Amino acid sequence: MAISSLILLLLLLTAAAYLIAKRRALQTVGGRRNASQLNSLPSHYGALAAIWCVVPALVLLLLWGVLEGPVIDRQVAAQLDPATLDGGNVNLLLNQAQNLVASGRIDSETDPLRRGLAEHYRDLQDRSGLLRSVLAIALAVIGTAFACSRITRTLRARTRVERFMLGVLAASASVAILTTLGIVLSVLFEAMQFFREVPPTDFLFGTVWSPQTAIRADQVGASGSFGAIPLFVGTLLISAIALTVAVPIGLMSAIYLSEYAHASVRSVAKPVMEVLAGIPTVVYGFFAVLTVAPAIRRLGESIGLSVASESALAAGLVMGIMIIPFVSSLSDDVIKAVPQALRDGSFGLGATKSETIRQVVFPAALPGIVGSILLAASRAIGETMIVVMAAGLSANLTINPLEAVTTVTVQIVTLLTGDQEFDSAKTLAAFALGLMLFFTTLLLNVFALHVVRKYREQYE
Amino acid sequence: MNSFTDAALPATDSTATTKEAPDLDAQLAKFTGTVGNVRVDNAKMSMTGVDVHYGDAQAIHNVDLDLGKNEVMAMIGPSGCGKSTFLRCLNRMNDTIESCKVAGSLTLDGEDIYERNQDVVLLRARVGIVFQKPNPFPKSIYDNVAYGPRIHGLAASKSELDDIVEQSLKRASLWSEVADRLDNPGTGLSGGQQQRLCIARTIAVSPEVILMDEPCSALDPIATAKIEELIDELGKNYTIAIVTHSMQQAARVSDRTAYFHLGRLVEVGVTNDIFTNPTHQLTENYITGRFG
Repeated sequence: MAISSLILLLLLLTAAAYLIAKRRALQTVGGRRNASQLNSLPSHYGALAAIWCVVPALVLLLLWGVLEGPVIDRQVAAQLDPATLDGGNVNLLLNQAQNLVASGRIDSETDPLRRGLAEHYRDLQDRSGLLRSVLAIALAVIGTAFACSRITRTLRARTRVERFMLGVLAASASVAILTTLGIVLSVLFEAMQFFREVPPTDFLFGTVWSPQTAIRADQVGASGSFGAIPLFVGTLLISAIALTVAVPIGLMSAIYLSEYAHASVRSVAKPVMEVLAGIPTVVYGFFAVLTVAPAIRRLGESIGLSVASESALAAGLVMGIMIIPFVSSLSDDVIKAVPQALRDGSFGLGATKSETIRQVVFPAALPGIVGSILLAASRAIGETMIVVMAAGLSANLTINPLEAVTTVTVQIVTLLTGDQEFDSAKTLAAFALGLMLFFTTLLLNVFALHVVRKYREQYE
Repeated sequence: MNSFTDAALPATDSTATTKEAPDLDAQLAKFTGTVGNVRVDNAKMSMTGVDVHYGDAQAIHNVDLDLGKNEVMAMIGPSGCGKSTFLRCLNRMNDTIESCKVAGSLTLDGEDIYERNQDVVLLRARVGIVFQKPNPFPKSIYDNVAYGPRIHGLAASKSELDDIVEQSLKRASLWSEVADRLDNPGTGLSGGQQQRLCIARTIAVSPEVILMDEPCSALDPIATAKIEELIDELGKNYTIAIVTHSMQQAARVSDRTAYFHLGRLVEVGVTNDIFTNPTHQLTENYITGRFG
């Protein structure tokens, strides 16, 4: 039976279990009129039976999915007599057999050894599928029967269902945490491989980034240099430009929207500003390349400055515009959330609107505002596309915004695109950069949490 | 006519009558105009023909009332009778509510406070307000009190500002409790202390009139007693209008009492007279606990 129809059948069984258990619970007290004599609502009994029906069966399917492949492989391999192997190794043969089964092309032209293996393989798979379906359905039925047999007037179905739901909620919460952990570990291991080839001090404090490794020993310019400082300076430069644009504009528009704008203006202006956040970064990228960068260049030349055609300024400005809504929208929400009583208190002392905003509302909203700025900053540091298109690839160590710079994310992209060998320092450098970037944003977040907590203590 | 002792009638009496909702039309029909003398000789604020609308709903109907200089005026009445709305008109706090429209004449020392070129900022510096719930700013105790003097530029130097803060806290009888922790956040104080901090904050701008909107309703009896003492003391130098739900409080702290009902000013008089010898049937019903 195909897995999809099996799951459909299980769901039908679950629904049936729910209805049966509900009915049975009502029967134990003699009908719906006496439902209040039950320990829990009839639907709780139904839910309990449904859980008993579907969860063991799903666990079985999951385990089956994980274990089926290895078990079949071993059985097929056991059939092989090492003496009959004509030079090929076991894994290769197994793979070939699997491919034959998957493509369904087992015919008389296949050589007898592989054909035998493939047929055995297909046979085992068919039997495994049948066994799985039968076991799953049996488990579902047994589970339902078990749950139904235990239904009594005093069974605490509500507590049990709620405890199960608690488990589901906790499991969902841990998915995000485990994923983060997994990502960090995978990056960490690759980065450690990199640091085996390049000393960490060279990476952290080196000022030259030129990630070339030799493929042949006699290659020109093969002495790779992996100093990450130019990349981090470039990232910080562009992020700083972006925040310089986004923070004042975003905050001022948030104050205007939340405190001054009429409700009708706000209801139009806020969604329109949020559209900015929805524009794909590629589109921002070619806006930067085709419009902003040439404009800056012309402007710079007209006052006698030399501006690179790909400049940090162009990328930073456009990125700043992109992150305005992060600052403005969130800040607007937190400013709106400051209690009216505080404003009234200030007005009641004869403060003007602007004094009230500057001295009472703004400090009270500060934790949320810092949070919004930090979110925007993380966004700026992690942004790639605009920088790839507008800031260039040359790793200059400079803080002159008119020159081309490159950022950590851009280098990760260039290191990992195209044909790469995954054991050279050049490719592994990407993981080291990713790890550094991860720690940078982590530090930023810890700092932000600290700031927010400090002020929250004071303001509550 | 019932005597004042009837205010302590058994609670069963009032609950029995409040269950069947009082017939509003019948009550309104009884209203023919304010009973008692709304005017005083040395009026600090004088209101004539005040109407307040929230959108289409009229909250205050044609109210005339004077606040005498250095007088404590208590405003009492059942919930929703418009006493807080009326109070908030006196320093234009209702301006922040968009749908609120105020008509009639309201004067402070003879100047119309709703006149077009009246500076509402200066008005509120002269007519301060203390709210129902203590609302200290999320700042230190010192900064809470110094807030008003700073924005109005009342202190020329740091030492002068220190002086204003100390004097205000002393007059709000809070100084002894906070003198050694002026840098702590005002929000960390207890409810009663917070409310006295808000009063100190209001006094710090040296207002001429202080409005209090149920200043004790969020406080326990001990904190309430402290605030009442304070109102008694402040009444010597300030004109005070206080909205309260507690008739005992009105009786204890005020010189005159105004009874509001469904947006009308029903009766005004010297506090003792109102509580011992109410003239209007509605006033009598309220203070004897028949409804409200």
